[in-house]
Amino acid sequence: MSLLEIEKLSMKIGSLSLLKDIDLSIAPGEVLGLVGESGSGKSMTALAVMRLTPAHAQMKGRISFNGIDILGATEPQMCALRGDDIGMVFQEPMTALNPVKTIGEQVAEGIRWHTRASRREAEERARKILDRVGLPEQKFALSRYPHELSGGQRQRVAIAIACALKPKLLIADEPTTALDVVLQAQILDLLKELVDENRMSLLFISHDLAVVTEMADRITILRQGTVVESGDTARTLSEATHPYTRQLALASTHVPARVRPHVEEAGADNLLDVANVTRDYPGTRRSLFSRPEPVRAVDNVSLTMKPGASVALVGRSGCGKSTLARMILALDTPTSGAIKFRGLDIAGRSEAELRRPRRNMQVVFQDPYGSFDPRHTVERLVAEPLHLLERRPDRKERRDMVARALHEVGLGRSDMEKYPHEFSGGQRQRLSIARAIITRPKLVVADEPVSALDVSIRAQILDLFAELNQKLGVAYLFITHDLTVARAITDDVLVMHEGRIVERGKTSDVLSQPSTEAAQALVSAAPDLHRAIARRLQEQG
Amino acid sequence: MTAYLLKRLLIGAATLVVASVVVFLMLEVVPGDPARVMLGMNASEAQVELLRDQMGLNQPLIVRYLDWARGLLSLDFGKSYTYSVPVIDLIRERIVVSFPLAVIALALSTLIAIPVGLFAAARRGRAGDTAAMAVAQIGVAMPNFWFALLLVYVFAVWLRLVPAGGFPGWGAGAWPALKALILPAVALALPQAAILARVTRAALVEVLGEDYIRTARAKGMPMRAVMWRHALRNAMIPVLTIMGLQFAFLLAGTIIIENVFYLPGLGRLVFQAITQRDLIVVESVVMLLVAAVVTVNLLVDLSYALVDPRLRTRQ
Repeated sequence: MSLLEIEKLSMKIGSLSLLKDIDLSIAPGEVLGLVGESGSGKSMTALAVMRLTPAHAQMKGRISFNGIDILGATEPQMCALRGDDIGMVFQEPMTALNPVKTIGEQVAEGIRWHTRASRREAEERARKILDRVGLPEQKFALSRYPHELSGGQRQRVAIAIACALKPKLLIADEPTTALDVVLQAQILDLLKELVDENRMSLLFISHDLAVVTEMADRITILRQGTVVESGDTARTLSEATHPYTRQLALASTHVPARVRPHVEEAGADNLLDVANVTRDYPGTRRSLFSRPEPVRAVDNVSLTMKPGASVALVGRSGCGKSTLARMILALDTPTSGAIKFRGLDIAGRSEAELRRPRRNMQVVFQDPYGSFDPRHTVERLVAEPLHLLERRPDRKERRDMVARALHEVGLGRSDMEKYPHEFSGGQRQRLSIARAIITRPKLVVADEPVSALDVSIRAQILDLFAELNQKLGVAYLFITHDLTVARAITDDVLVMHEGRIVERGKTSDVLSQPSTEAAQALVSAAPDLHRAIARRLQEQG
Repeated sequence: MTAYLLKRLLIGAATLVVASVVVFLMLEVVPGDPARVMLGMNASEAQVELLRDQMGLNQPLIVRYLDWARGLLSLDFGKSYTYSVPVIDLIRERIVVSFPLAVIALALSTLIAIPVGLFAAARRGRAGDTAAMAVAQIGVAMPNFWFALLLVYVFAVWLRLVPAGGFPGWGAGAWPALKALILPAVALALPQAAILARVTRAALVEVLGEDYIRTARAKGMPMRAVMWRHALRNAMIPVLTIMGLQFAFLLAGTIIIENVFYLPGLGRLVFQAITQRDLIVVESVVMLLVAAVVTVNLLVDLSYALVDPRLRTRQ
């Protein structure tokens, strides 16, 4: 008999249909992976089980959990279930914890609420579960606040909250999407262990097929609010009989066809020369009178890039890769060392002096939602870098340049009058690329440019990057913790760890045979769909 | 944390110094000679000159400022020109009316605003919210002296529950004295409460959209408990900020309200002193009010650190 049974669940908000006839079931102790692209209804399905859906959502169908009719239950009945029999872990560890309460309070709170335990007892149990999720009290006192912990540690606290009362069902909604690959692997292992130990069922939601394959016994694939296919994980994904399943599987392992741009390799001058760059930040003051110890974010880094090159800068979160990128873009000044772009030293220059280099280097950010002013038209947004040009184009020239940039990224001239909210996430990332290439830069720095995108969109954007590299001869510096991106689109790779570049070389060599510990950790933690399917099939015999 | 505290204290002290200079200079440029006002219209030029000498008004500006500032520090505010008694005595006599009035008004506005804000935020978008915010909107728009007159009409003239004005003094017993302060306190508090309720609601609505609220709900806590235990404290920072800023308006409001209710408080003292060119009284009372505002804002800054642990570790 299944623990959770969803039958013909439909959900509407106003006239917008979010879910349509969802069927899904989880047996006790089973791990079900719920896969789909953004907007496919994965999270809404999970929230429906918790009955934490938006206030105006109308639901039809049946959800039965452990014999209880969820949609018919009263609010007090639901409160009794939530946190006790059903625990939930959310995607964003940085915001999932209350910033003004200690981690001990936050874990103990649910225990006290459900068991009526005394403060002391609840704290004792909180201590135990925090210890179990890898936050022993000696190092992580219960009196710590969330801001004193890293993202991975906060996700451990969130897991402790969800698992404190050993729920029958744990729901994990993209629990590792915001973490780097090494942390992801650790958190996934922790979830697996907890599920085994407590014989919990797990509803594991992810957009990442490789991660789901590692975790789930069975998968259910959602698309636009309906179930496309559901079945045994390894079989479903290896046979990929359904066209959408096949499309997803192909997209998540997509490697763009690349033609190297024509660049005279040996003779060409370096596009970028970074020599012995170090960046210190002031540390936190220990007492009023002692000088704070500086924190070294980037430590004696040197690198060069040729025109038209495509280089990946990979490393775990907090390793200093974004700081390095900011210095290369002259948005931050090195504490020591020199950065030369096309022969010109850019460190410590005035904005006026930086106009020419800025024209030749542009940036694409991770979040296609946050990087546009929602009140500006596309024409204005994409034309933004044009003020860097020697001669201001007139209105007609400007429109022509915007139109050409839009055309190059696969959008049309008519998109010029629109506003950012009229575009999907993938289209918005195209807009940021259009904005980056409008001044014909020689270097584009892309900071996690595809990690916020769905797999199929991501494949398209990678194709676009590859095409522009060839067509415009623009060099790329990709900053990422995702090795599949590095593999797909770069020739050389730099592995960064604790502020230093610890390994460098041809991407294919370094990623197939990493020699340093830091690189090995990244490579072995990186989820890989083919490997995961093979392992599962082998286990099943 | 110590560094934060020291920095706040220094900023507060600097504000007081700057304010004292501004207050002193402002009254220097106001037309009207206090010596002439004291002696009346018929005094001769020589008499006025003599008095000016006695009062030290003929000394250089900087000397007079330093004299005055030194006096302020030792609570020796000098003698009133019109009453010929030490200013400190006047203040002592009046502060026992104004201080309780301000405290009652502040407490009242907080006690009204926060529950209303919670109520509206919990029902956001529904009828209760709309009604509460409509009332608050009227409260924001209404001038307090007019509202005061309305209160007098209803509660003093019509229902005869409280006196329409005047103050019997604390010697007449706590209850009659408090009774005389109720209407003025309500008149001061309600417009403030209206603003504060709107701020509380807005802050709560924003906090309720945060991920950690969902986490708390997923623990199995009912909405009401989530509001009190998780949302309110996180919403307190903007509320405290507005409370600190409003305190200055509250003090300014007392000048009007004390006149409407004929209360012998600091507000009325300063109002009379201005019309009588009793500059030394004006300067002293204004400095006292500045000190009160600075102190309240210092307390607000410290309370941030109590509310939000992130501010304790940062400097």
